[in-house]
Amino acid sequence: MANQLYLSSSPHFSSGESTDRLMRQVIYALLPAAAVSVYMFGLPALVTLLICTLASIGFEAVCQKLMGRPRTLGDGSAALTGILLALNLPASSPWWMSLIGAFVAIVIAKQIYGGLGCNPFNPALVARVVLLISFPVQMTRWTAPAPLSLSFDSVTSATPLGQAKEAVMLHGALPADLAAGFGDFFLGRMGGSLGEVSALALLLGGLYLIWKKVITWHTPVSYLATVVVFSGIFWLVDGTRYPDPLFHLLTGGLLLGAFFMATDMVTTPVTPRGMLVFGVGCGLLTVLIRLFGGYPEGVSFAILLMNAATPLIDRYTQPKKFGFVLEKA
Amino acid sequence: MQLKTFPGGLHPPDNKQWSAHKPIEDCPLPEELVVPLGQHIGAPAVPCVAVGDLVKRGQVIGEAKGFVSVPVHAPTSGEVIAVEDRPHPMGRDLPAVVIRADGEDAWGDLLAPLDIAIAGIDELRQRILSCGIVGMGGATFPAHVKLSPPDEKPIDTLILNGVECEPFLTADHRLMLEESDRILSGIAVLQKILGVRQTFIGIEANKPDAIERLSRACADLPVEVIPLEVKYPQGAEKQLILACVGREVPSGGLPMDVGVVVQNVGTCAAIADAVLRGIPLIERIATISGPALVEAKNLRVRIGTPLRKLVEVCGGTRVEPAKIIMGGPMMGMTQLSLEVPAIRGTSGLLLFTADQVSTRPEGPCIRCGRCVRACPAHILPTTIAAYARLDLFEEAEAYNALDCIECGCCTYSCPAALPLVQSIRYAKNAILAKRRKV
Ligand code: SF4
Ligand code: SF4
Repeated sequence: MANQLYLSSSPHFSSGESTDRLMRQVIYALLPAAAVSVYMFGLPALVTLLICTLASIGFEAVCQKLMGRPRTLGDGSAALTGILLALNLPASSPWWMSLIGAFVAIVIAKQIYGGLGCNPFNPALVARVVLLISFPVQMTRWTAPAPLSLSFDSVTSATPLGQAKEAVMLHGALPADLAAGFGDFFLGRMGGSLGEVSALALLLGGLYLIWKKVITWHTPVSYLATVVVFSGIFWLVDGTRYPDPLFHLLTGGLLLGAFFMATDMVTTPVTPRGMLVFGVGCGLLTVLIRLFGGYPEGVSFAILLMNAATPLIDRYTQPKKFGFVLEKA
Repeated sequence: MQLKTFPGGLHPPDNKQWSAHKPIEDCPLPEELVVPLGQHIGAPAVPCVAVGDLVKRGQVIGEAKGFVSVPVHAPTSGEVIAVEDRPHPMGRDLPAVVIRADGEDAWGDLLAPLDIAIAGIDELRQRILSCGIVGMGGATFPAHVKLSPPDEKPIDTLILNGVECEPFLTADHRLMLEESDRILSGIAVLQKILGVRQTFIGIEANKPDAIERLSRACADLPVEVIPLEVKYPQGAEKQLILACVGREVPSGGLPMDVGVVVQNVGTCAAIADAVLRGIPLIERIATISGPALVEAKNLRVRIGTPLRKLVEVCGGTRVEPAKIIMGGPMMGMTQLSLEVPAIRGTSGLLLFTADQVSTRPEGPCIRCGRCVRACPAHILPTTIAAYARLDLFEEAEAYNALDCIECGCCTYSCPAALPLVQSIRYAKNAILAKRRKV
């Protein structure tokens, strides 16, 4: 007879899906966007990516050691947070800012709460917002794209969203040539943080995730659709003050947020209905902040605010249990 | 055509190709049969033979005790050599009658065949009880109880469960292909007892030959075959009813609350034997499969045959099995040894190698929602399991732990390898135990 027989209660079959595999897939899906950013901004972008990723992994290892938690670097979640953080920073970020960002993301926003699965807020976004508030100058010094540049002394340029906001505040109207840049926005030739630049690369990555069933369509679709509809209403009311929906879609961190941040599993609802609510909420907040808030970009704040609402959303979007209706009848 | 189904569930690899095309073979008689007296849900039977007695095939060796109970019969002729506790597939040692087969396999006196045109409904029910018929899909609930709905629950629909959604298992599939006439006779008996308006046979679309065969056989009968989407757990009673007739059994309720009785096709065939031929339930068809086995087969097995015998008939093992499962991989029970006997609920025997045994350490829940999307009961497995692990049973109950049908979809789909259904089962037991006490 067998030397070792396993006894266990059912089921004895599993899908083979694992946390590591999911995280790895998200990292793969981010590679096109990371590659475009390195192409557009050159060496500084690569350095920022590397510092953020390695520092995140390092902080995770140190924390797990100090806190006596099992080492789980293999699950890839720290590396993923690092990459997402880098994609949320300008290419010209000084090295120490990347380091502080990684510290905030991993130590403060994740490990202190208990590690993977316990953090209420998206770590990369917490770090971005902390940096934005603490180092407003460095965080908004956007470099102009300079393909394959090796230089760290880059030309600065405003982001399209920033330009639009400034024009509206100063002149009460959008700049006239707004639509001229759409082709550039799509491919990534615009100022912005690393991961904001190419809509095409982000879209590819996002569709890959849906195709591989890593994420479902609910959050990105409801998020993007809400932005289109809501910003479209303002645009129809006054097209000289409010940019059109396509501009909103292609600029800033919207696609990065909709496909990669609002779909972060840990910090968003578990039910499909909850994901729809979450997406709609993110969409509304993003448009409101972009059009009426103090900052030109609202994706990070929108997602973080909705992260805070996640427990509530989960509570009120519980599926209707099987046999519920008839029981009440 | 859009196939009918239910919301939730998943698509595990079905692994039926190993045995689906293998005709049913008779498993040879073992020398010794261990027939447990409790093989059904409800009170175990009381032994009515003693050591040294000679018994004939089909003779009663244990009598039913109470309404929710059934008698037990000798699977073959021979001598009773022990009436004692023996290892039982459910995990403990339980009372059993041990028979040494004499090789004659001689029938005892059987009950007289009944003519369903003449027999009364109570007589038919009594026959089903006397022949020890229980649900053979694995639940082993006494069939006569299901067929005795109280007057205030009128039944208008009979559904035959030919879904067989568990991976690997093909016993019902072969039965439908090779012995459809037994099923049809059984349906006639059930229709007479229940007086139903409509009868359906639900079969997953991955058995097109069985669907075609039964559709043709039922062409002139008031029976409709419904092909169902291939999805686990399509064969779970409530999910099957929803798919076939669009009725949702109330939470905590029974199929009869929506006017439906569900019987497995194997049970139906056994009912036909009992009524039309007077033959008690002493054998069943089981699928023997799994990667550790030399050859997968569908066997007609006498109740009480040790599992070891079934493995031998399949050519033995190719490698040391690392896990022995009675039933399917989603809901079956692991066994400690091959010495336990096949019982009435043994729909399959699977031998897994170490490759199929997942020993991945569990990680923290990453709230991916996979368990939620897969759950056919539409509850939140991750939340309930989390409460269960903290022994917070009231919270678990508030999140509808008791609605869990223990299908295992949540655990199957969890990337963090969390034992979700296992935790939920634990909470359910605690909640029910407390209810009994109050
Ligand atoms: S919670 Fe229960 S019903 Fe839901 S998937 Fe898990 S085992 Fe199945
Ligand atoms: S499937 Fe596992 S990891 Fe995903 S939400 Fe459910 S319990 Fe958590």
